[in-house]
Amino acid sequence: MNPAFLADLRAALPAHALLIEAEALRPYECDGLSAYRQVPLAVCLPETLEQAQAVLRACREHRVPVVARGAGTGLSGGALPLADGIVLSLARFNRILEIDPENRLARVQPGVRNLAISEAVAHLGLYYAPDPSSQIACSIGGNVAENSGGVHCLKYGLTVHNLLALKVLTIDGELLEIGACGKPGALDSPGYDLLALMTGSEGLLGIVVEVSVKLLLKPERAQVVLAAFDSVETAGAAVAKIIGAGLLPAGLEMMDNLSIRAAEDFVHAGYPVDAAAILLCELDGSNAEVSEQILALREILLAAGAVEVRTAEDEAQRLKFWAGRKGAFPAVGRISPDYYCMDGTIPRRHLARVLGRIGELSTQYGLRVANVFHAGDGNLHPLILFDANRPDELHRAEAFGTDILKLCVEVGGTVTGEHGIGVEKLDAACSQFTPEELAQFHAIKAAFDPDGLLNPGKAVPTLHRCAEMGRMHVHGGALPFPELPRF
Amino acid sequence: MEEAELIERVKQAIASQTPLCIRAGGSKAFYGRACVGEALDVSGLRGIVAYDPTELVITARAGTPLAEIEAALAANNQMLPFEPPHFSPPPQAGEGLGQPETWPALFGGLVGGLVAPPERERERESSSDLLSTNALSPALPQRGRGQNAATLGGMVATGLSGPRRPWGGAVRDAVLGVKLLNGRGEVLCLGGQVMKNVAGYDVSRLMVGAMGTLGVLLEVSIKVLPRPACERTLVFETGGRPANTPTSGMPVSASLELDGRLYLRLSASSRCVEMAADSLGGEAADPEIWAAARDQTLPFFQTDLPLWRISLPPAAPSLNLPGSELIEWNGAQRWLISELPAKALRQRVGALGGHATLFRNHAGVDEVFQPLQPAMLALHQRVKQALDPHAVFNPGRLYPEL
Repeated sequence: MNPAFLADLRAALPAHALLIEAEALRPYECDGLSAYRQVPLAVCLPETLEQAQAVLRACREHRVPVVARGAGTGLSGGALPLADGIVLSLARFNRILEIDPENRLARVQPGVRNLAISEAVAHLGLYYAPDPSSQIACSIGGNVAENSGGVHCLKYGLTVHNLLALKVLTIDGELLEIGACGKPGALDSPGYDLLALMTGSEGLLGIVVEVSVKLLLKPERAQVVLAAFDSVETAGAAVAKIIGAGLLPAGLEMMDNLSIRAAEDFVHAGYPVDAAAILLCELDGSNAEVSEQILALREILLAAGAVEVRTAEDEAQRLKFWAGRKGAFPAVGRISPDYYCMDGTIPRRHLARVLGRIGELSTQYGLRVANVFHAGDGNLHPLILFDANRPDELHRAEAFGTDILKLCVEVGGTVTGEHGIGVEKLDAACSQFTPEELAQFHAIKAAFDPDGLLNPGKAVPTLHRCAEMGRMHVHGGALPFPELPRF
Repeated sequence: MEEAELIERVKQAIASQTPLCIRAGGSKAFYGRACVGEALDVSGLRGIVAYDPTELVITARAGTPLAEIEAALAANNQMLPFEPPHFSPPPQAGEGLGQPETWPALFGGLVGGLVAPPERERERESSSDLLSTNALSPALPQRGRGQNAATLGGMVATGLSGPRRPWGGAVRDAVLGVKLLNGRGEVLCLGGQVMKNVAGYDVSRLMVGAMGTLGVLLEVSIKVLPRPACERTLVFETGGRPANTPTSGMPVSASLELDGRLYLRLSASSRCVEMAADSLGGEAADPEIWAAARDQTLPFFQTDLPLWRISLPPAAPSLNLPGSELIEWNGAQRWLISELPAKALRQRVGALGGHATLFRNHAGVDEVFQPLQPAMLALHQRVKQALDPHAVFNPGRLYPEL
């Protein structure tokens, strides 16, 4: 490391907030996508805004790249360090600054865990809606960077729909207030919608140092219905009928037979293991409304050809139904040495075609695939099963995954619904965007970060990379944080 | 003008560095700062491209009349959840809340911020232009004309949402993707037709409220929602005091406070609405008030004085400013008719965490939108430069520097 830069970091931070020893850096070498590893030059853990600003100014001055990091649970390598850069950990920005029930908002620091917000406001009957599967561990700052989703997006939206304001540091260390003038709470702000632009920008435009989130009133009641189908197509058609009938489920999830069996073996959720597909449909709202809608939903499901429809009888059974779905990833991990999780989104009407094609590809590549699917919003998570100890299988799994993502783009979808491009899907992004579109993204990046120091090389592939792309280098493998549910 | 012709026209403008003022129906031409440049008529980009009700997504060309989109959605019992304003003549002149005699006043208001096309062009456009004298002629069916003026592109460019906004989301929440012609003459497809999509920067939402300063919208994909099974409008006498009706947990989908009355709309299943109405009390009221508030045909809005749109945290205290006030969005959107100087008004609003837009009748005031802090303005200029490097699109429409 350049001694002048190190001196600047030492001046910027207390000794305990600067890690430079190899063993101290090791825990930061990867995020949730552990197939990629890189030890950074240093890890900075500022505790105050001023310290973070000083770190950024040092990086700007010495042209050192900065990779921001929250809890490190991301699945696309967004927080993968760079060999010549520092990691700026926001872990110590971990305070809830204000809870304002009148304006239904919480103002928090970026290192606060997603679930901690809901826990802190539960006594007020409020909660923060986006619930990525890693919500017990992932940080709200990371959620902003990735525009995280969850199982309730159809009704409650993604992170971008649940933010009111951000405070952001530019690479110059300048503090910008985005989406609020002083005090958060207003529903809009003058000028361009930079709040939307920042959300999901994967740490390439600025460093989030404060987040004001919307709080919602907890629904009076939530009830889940499980429906079994003898074909995936029928289940897909049932989803369209539910939406067509004017219901807006809080959650609407589909699992195919392999996922059902794996989950049932693992969690004993009471799933019908002979079903080709199941739908889990959760309705929430007032007691009266949920009662009416549950009846309507049952009729729709039976008319759509469900062979069995079960309504969770109590909260325990509701949670049990969900436990199977939320445990699907680790459950699949039990039946295969490795699996590779995909994250494409498709317009739902193409579901049968896409699943049919995935089935054909499965035969072609000789690899099993378990499909779990956020059916309400079209977000597919095919899990490709493979054994990394067999040299050819990782390669086949990669190629299989690439074909699935290309298929998603072909039918009008996207290569990533909620995990982000990071480093993992840089090549896949080449198949989704034209050179002009990529150039536009790079121009926007330059508007915020002219020297390209914020998380360079992530999220938006270079034109050169896309032009040169002969083969894909997508790696999968086991997820770290095995204790976290993944859905 | 078809898309290919339009792209050609824009490329010529880029080559000759000719500023363009993007325009379709002109229904919101009064809004924002004046644009100086040649008119670029995008009303020829018309038609719904894709709509499958079970996907909850509609894609249409930017010049498609909002009325056409809303009719297609209504036929499938769906809606644009943010209830975008049309700012067009009332559905049936002489009926409902908007009275025809209020029109000359509004007409006067409309002229203020308009692009002034050359005489010849104005004549040519008269058949579709709200400004034409024909638009006020009783001989013409005002319904079709008025409702057809507002377009999808204008809706996105202005980013204005109606009464359901705090509960159903804003225009920006519903935009999923755009086909955009940028200032390099390139056609970009950004975002998409799916609800969950985190590939690339969210440039489509950046277009919302950008007043056309970043590019020409060609197509837009929007998330739509099912219409509520049942809606009911109630009115409460609040005696001029700020309303304090316990509505937490109630299926409220619109609120409006005016002249000592609080109007609420409930939206849910019929049983749920009935139960909520029973517990709230109040009197039944005409649901037309929501369209009248949205399109500003209520008598309150008929004024020659400056009309301010003030956006605040919903629980912010009363503004206590001289003028008359109409409060929507549970307190988050407040309309103020006031001759107070812009600076004093914005100081008060800013102290409460809000911002103020001089919505109508802004003759003589340059700062229509709340001025940005210097660092923020500089960033806006760089973002503008990234999308429209030759400053061709709607110069000055949002801020003089953009």
